[in-house]
Amino acid sequence: MKRGLTSAHLAILAAGFAFLYVPIALVVLYSFNASRLVTVWGGFSTQWYVSLFANEQLLQAASISFRVALASAALSTVLGTCAAFALQRFGRFPARTLFSGMLYAPLVMPEVIIGLALLLLFVGLGIDRGFWTIVIGHTTLGLCFVAVVVQARLAGFDRSLEEAAQDLGASPARTFRSITLPLIAPAMAAGFLLAFTISLDDFVIASFTSGPGSTTLPMRIYSQVRLGLTPEINAISTLLIGIVGLSLLAATAINRLKAPSAR
Amino acid sequence: MSARAPLSALRRFVLGAPALWLLLFFLAPFALVMKIALSKPAIAQPPYEPTFSLADGWHGFLDKLGALSFDTFDLVISDDLYLSAYLSSLRLAAIATLLTLLIAFPLSLAMARAPKHWRTALVMLAIAPFWTSFLIRIYAWIMLLKEEGLINKLLLSLGLISTPLSIFATEGAVLIGIVYSYLPFMILPLYNALERQDPALLEAASDLGATPFTSFWTITVPLARSGIFAGVLLVFIPAVGEFVIPDLLGGSDTLMIGRTLWNEFFDNRDWPTASAVAIFLLVLLIAPLMLYERQQMREPAR
Repeated sequence: MKRGLTSAHLAILAAGFAFLYVPIALVVLYSFNASRLVTVWGGFSTQWYVSLFANEQLLQAASISFRVALASAALSTVLGTCAAFALQRFGRFPARTLFSGMLYAPLVMPEVIIGLALLLLFVGLGIDRGFWTIVIGHTTLGLCFVAVVVQARLAGFDRSLEEAAQDLGASPARTFRSITLPLIAPAMAAGFLLAFTISLDDFVIASFTSGPGSTTLPMRIYSQVRLGLTPEINAISTLLIGIVGLSLLAATAINRLKAPSAR
Repeated sequence: MSARAPLSALRRFVLGAPALWLLLFFLAPFALVMKIALSKPAIAQPPYEPTFSLADGWHGFLDKLGALSFDTFDLVISDDLYLSAYLSSLRLAAIATLLTLLIAFPLSLAMARAPKHWRTALVMLAIAPFWTSFLIRIYAWIMLLKEEGLINKLLLSLGLISTPLSIFATEGAVLIGIVYSYLPFMILPLYNALERQDPALLEAASDLGATPFTSFWTITVPLARSGIFAGVLLVFIPAVGEFVIPDLLGGSDTLMIGRTLWNEFFDNRDWPTASAVAIFLLVLLIAPLMLYERQQMREPAR
């Protein structure tokens, strides 16, 4: 009798999702504001998008951020998938507790600590900070997220499929390629996207690990936000929200395509 | 557990690559943080001394080892600034975690009780904001909360207030920022715990005469304990060390330890003190971190 949505539940859902989405929606709305004052509506305009594409510094930072995000998401996906396999398939191995500890700790560890520790490592080793040190920093965080996502998929994985393939004479490599990989591919894709957006979004670790000439987009946005609100920030935020929204939709679509065969 | 061992060299790589990566870039650097914390600040590049090098030889190494001291730790312990920053971080993180729980619980419950075909979409909706930029979400709240911001504009034009509220640059704004940013981290484990509950339990309780209030506190909440626990840790631990939120939404008097660390490092260029602050922050978080790890091991990721 109490199944289904009561009106109280509906009200809670509406209020909760309004709280989550109204602020983001306002950022998008005000990116089309003709007024220079962010909080005064002066009519519809796309001028801020135009001025965005004339802002060399911002464009360069965006290009660095995208390349860092691609490189670190790729590395994270490989390393994180390996880690997920080790945790899910290798049973007990020496130092398993330490291994999973190292894998879960970065998920909650305050970023200032990770950033500071990495920076001191790079300085201690005499490595010049720049593009690749940011990639290393983001990969360290990203691989843990990928591991969690892929491990979840592996945990719900029907291993009899692999056994059947091997019984039919497939080599371990062949089994992996034609059975295991296609089944965990959606999780890997989701992990890749997660690592990508985390990297694209990260400000703290990038600030510690970047060097001269490798200022990322969040670092630029941050310094502009500190100076005050400008409609340009709304415009770039809207573009970023759009990119993330599209990739989320893509991820859902991929999962829809693959999910029925997986479970 | 694993019946077949395909290639042991391959297995060694699969385990070894991520393990080495994390050892080198996550665990090992903490030894360096400790070492720098024991050093003295210096006007040099890098800005601390001593710096060890292989060229020192054994005696040079011993001399430099002798130069390490606990001065920065003394400073961090004795200076009220650091103590009050730690305490106010703990206080703000605790209040924010509680508020997040109070908002997330009814929301997750409503999500878990929604018709089955709605749930996937609702979960997606709840975690999607986590994917959009953290900075953008904080920026949105600056836009809303500022003196000339949208909330004040709305309230003034409705005639509900006559002078603008000053929420921006206060601890209240920091709390709103933390609750808003970390809400998805609380919703997900709560929803997972609530969704698994069998509704028949509540029906049985009500058949036996329990009021909705009683069955909520004796059935729903206790069965969601693991989710509450996970969510609280996922929000509390990172919130204690938060930097961006207090820096952008807080006032100049909003003390949080992540911000103190940042200022010591970037503004004062005092790397040893920043490192000592990091060590203390780590010590402070060790207990909740270990609880979180235990939770993760007992309940593998979903």
